[in-house]
Amino acid sequence: MSKQAAIELKNITKSFGKVVANKDVCLTVYKGEILSVLGENGSGKTTLMNMISGIYYPDSGHIYIDGKEAVIKSPKDAFDYKIGMIHQHFKLVDVFSAVENILIGLKDDNRYNIKASSEKVKKICEQYGFELDLSKKIYEMSVSEKQTVEIIKVLYRGADILILDEPTAVLTPQETEKLFAVLRRMRDDGKAIIIITHKLNEVMALSDKVAVLRKGEYVGTVNTSETDENKLTEMMVGEKISLNITRTEPKDPVKRLEIKNISCINREGVTVLKDISFEVKSGEIYGIAGIAGSGQRELLESIAGLQKLNSGEILYHNPQTNKTENLRDKTPVQIRDLGVRLSFVPEDRLGMGLVGNMDIVDNIMLRSYKKGKSVFLERKQPKDLANKIIEDLGVVTPGANTPIRRLSGGNVQKVLVGREIASSPTVLMAAYPVRGLDINSSYLIYNLLNEQKEKGVAVIFVGEDLDVLLELCDRIMVISSGEISGVLDARTATKEEIGLLMTKHGGGDK
Amino acid sequence: MIVAFIQRAIVQGIPLLFGSTGEIITEKSGNLNLGTAGVMYMGGISGVIGAFLYENSVETVNPVLAVLIPLLASVIGSSFMGLIYALLTVTLRANQNVTGLALTTFGVGFGNFFGGSLIKLLDTDVPSIALSATSKCFKAGFPFADKLGVVGDVFFSYSFLAYIAIAIALVTSFYFKKTKSGLHLRAVGENPATADAAGINVSAYKYGATIIGSIIAGLGGLYYVMDYADGVWSNDGFGDRGWLAIALVIFAVWRPNFGIIGSFLFGGLLIIHNYIPNLTLSAQELFKMAPYVVTIIVLVVISMRRKRENLPPASLGLSYFREER
Repeated sequence: MSKQAAIELKNITKSFGKVVANKDVCLTVYKGEILSVLGENGSGKTTLMNMISGIYYPDSGHIYIDGKEAVIKSPKDAFDYKIGMIHQHFKLVDVFSAVENILIGLKDDNRYNIKASSEKVKKICEQYGFELDLSKKIYEMSVSEKQTVEIIKVLYRGADILILDEPTAVLTPQETEKLFAVLRRMRDDGKAIIIITHKLNEVMALSDKVAVLRKGEYVGTVNTSETDENKLTEMMVGEKISLNITRTEPKDPVKRLEIKNISCINREGVTVLKDISFEVKSGEIYGIAGIAGSGQRELLESIAGLQKLNSGEILYHNPQTNKTENLRDKTPVQIRDLGVRLSFVPEDRLGMGLVGNMDIVDNIMLRSYKKGKSVFLERKQPKDLANKIIEDLGVVTPGANTPIRRLSGGNVQKVLVGREIASSPTVLMAAYPVRGLDINSSYLIYNLLNEQKEKGVAVIFVGEDLDVLLELCDRIMVISSGEISGVLDARTATKEEIGLLMTKHGGGDK
Repeated sequence: MIVAFIQRAIVQGIPLLFGSTGEIITEKSGNLNLGTAGVMYMGGISGVIGAFLYENSVETVNPVLAVLIPLLASVIGSSFMGLIYALLTVTLRANQNVTGLALTTFGVGFGNFFGGSLIKLLDTDVPSIALSATSKCFKAGFPFADKLGVVGDVFFSYSFLAYIAIAIALVTSFYFKKTKSGLHLRAVGENPATADAAGINVSAYKYGATIIGSIIAGLGGLYYVMDYADGVWSNDGFGDRGWLAIALVIFAVWRPNFGIIGSFLFGGLLIIHNYIPNLTLSAQELFKMAPYVVTIIVLVVISMRRKRENLPPASLGLSYFREER
């Protein structure tokens, strides 16, 4: 069966200033086919897709659509060529309803008529099996609903080529399955679908073909049926790396941290943590899973003394003194002096962990500035530590005195984790420590956490990739809407179990 | 006396209504034009210049021309201000707050310079220009208003610009809610990246909204001189009405139809001290604070209720550049 090319890219090059984001990229997508674009962070996947959808304009190269050369200078041009992109960060207006968002930018002849348009939208929903309340405002929606709106938006415009930028990053396994079912239905409908991702298992499950980019360059396209995860990783990274996390049995675990019935109500009066109790032992990695915004952040912050609690207590069993102390009424400094370390990586990693405009040495000093008796700062030690972190963790930086802001996300992350580990903690809390990191750096961080575990540190790991949670952790606690919905043994649990527990109390995103 | 109070309150409120409707349109596109005071001042002095030139060049004034010429002059003056603002903030991506404040200084300075020059030309003893003939044409109202008693006084005793102000506010309200273009404009102000990705010309909407908003605000200045002040221009006579208009935008939670009621309320609060007997001078000044106090209360109430629809456009005050990373 000869297939027709829906879109063909030839020698596309784009650079931002001195940084070359895409170099001589060639890509072909056929109708009725799902193509995965795979690549590490900063390999230029999103840039490439932005050029197809008219956000950026290529410096050189050609784009052919249905065999004819196309010039896409703006998103409007892209629509005219029936290209629709679903961005990673949703492009939706929060205070508008679903229908209003779908209608934005349409310039068809019929007058502004919400009722008639709603009917049309409903038909699309039925055709592909979406469930959506059309008059709901975006800010009241869950992430998955927002994504549905985005997809309907491009379908409503009659898109034949759909581009999805990391669509599953924010979804639970069940939602992901639903999305994949919809995408398969669209493929069978003759649409060309491009999906950007860095989750290998999804690539294998969904796509017909895989195109791999590495550092802005096009490596090649392979049929999914003729490849496997290891081969793809090799193409992506350019070298063989092992994707195994070695999990050891916890060595003489003793109770280190005991959380008893803590509850927390935030400033808006919403209960973010409800009667949470668990204990973490030394020498284990305790995983916490849940949809983003289910209370993970508040939980870790309350252990670190940054969040006021309404009830409950946090008991810490100090291994040095063998005393039990209540952390609840202590300040962050007191808690830190006890050896409890929080390496917290919120969505904005420069927000809470590091200061963007300061260099690596100064950022390391944020932890040690109180040391020493003189009024002047002691710079020698932090500088040595900075150089050690740069060397040990392979931080790519011009030097220890480069402002953190200029480093890439992965390198910033390494500095942050390196600093926290260097202070030899007894409890290490890491929230999303690999968010935005490529495979190589991710595994480096996993190994670091494992090292800490073997040293007898109690590690709390909040993660989003369920496969990793299952491979890395010893036990996994699942929270949903601020409540514990289950604690599982990571050695026997399955992804589906966790996924179900994640939505037990009615989903995240309040 | 109550009828007189309502009448004066509405007359006081109309310039504010023009100013706030214009500013709402501008802000809905994400442009926070703090230059409204300057724009309204500019609208006023431009109208005065037009009227002055026309009145002094003919023997008897033609009522139609006497209205059209200052109106056109005012529109040119204030749209020029809007154009500067849009050029600086949209095309050159200058800081919106700084640009707005600069426009205020510029507009007031421009007005005082040309106002002063015209006063010098007249060579009179009083530091003002009186354009009574033009003002008469602007103030022509409904002839039947007198016959209707109280109803006529309260509803039909104003000049045509006052009704235009209300009409513009209502039309704008309808435009935001019921038209596609209004939806697009709101999308631009809420999330320009989204609007852009949806194929809306963000810059065009921002330019359009800013210039049209400025023209409407400028009419407030014209109304003030020609109707409220009976055609008498004196430097700095306009006071801080431009800032009150911006306060009114917040008071009306970015809804032009609320702005109508709000402007009358603000107008009433501005002059209420004249209607309360036996006030000392300092107590009068305290009463003049009322509109601002009310605005602060509204802000507190809005932030307590935290309803998303009542918040300012999400990208208000931010410039948009597509390829920014």
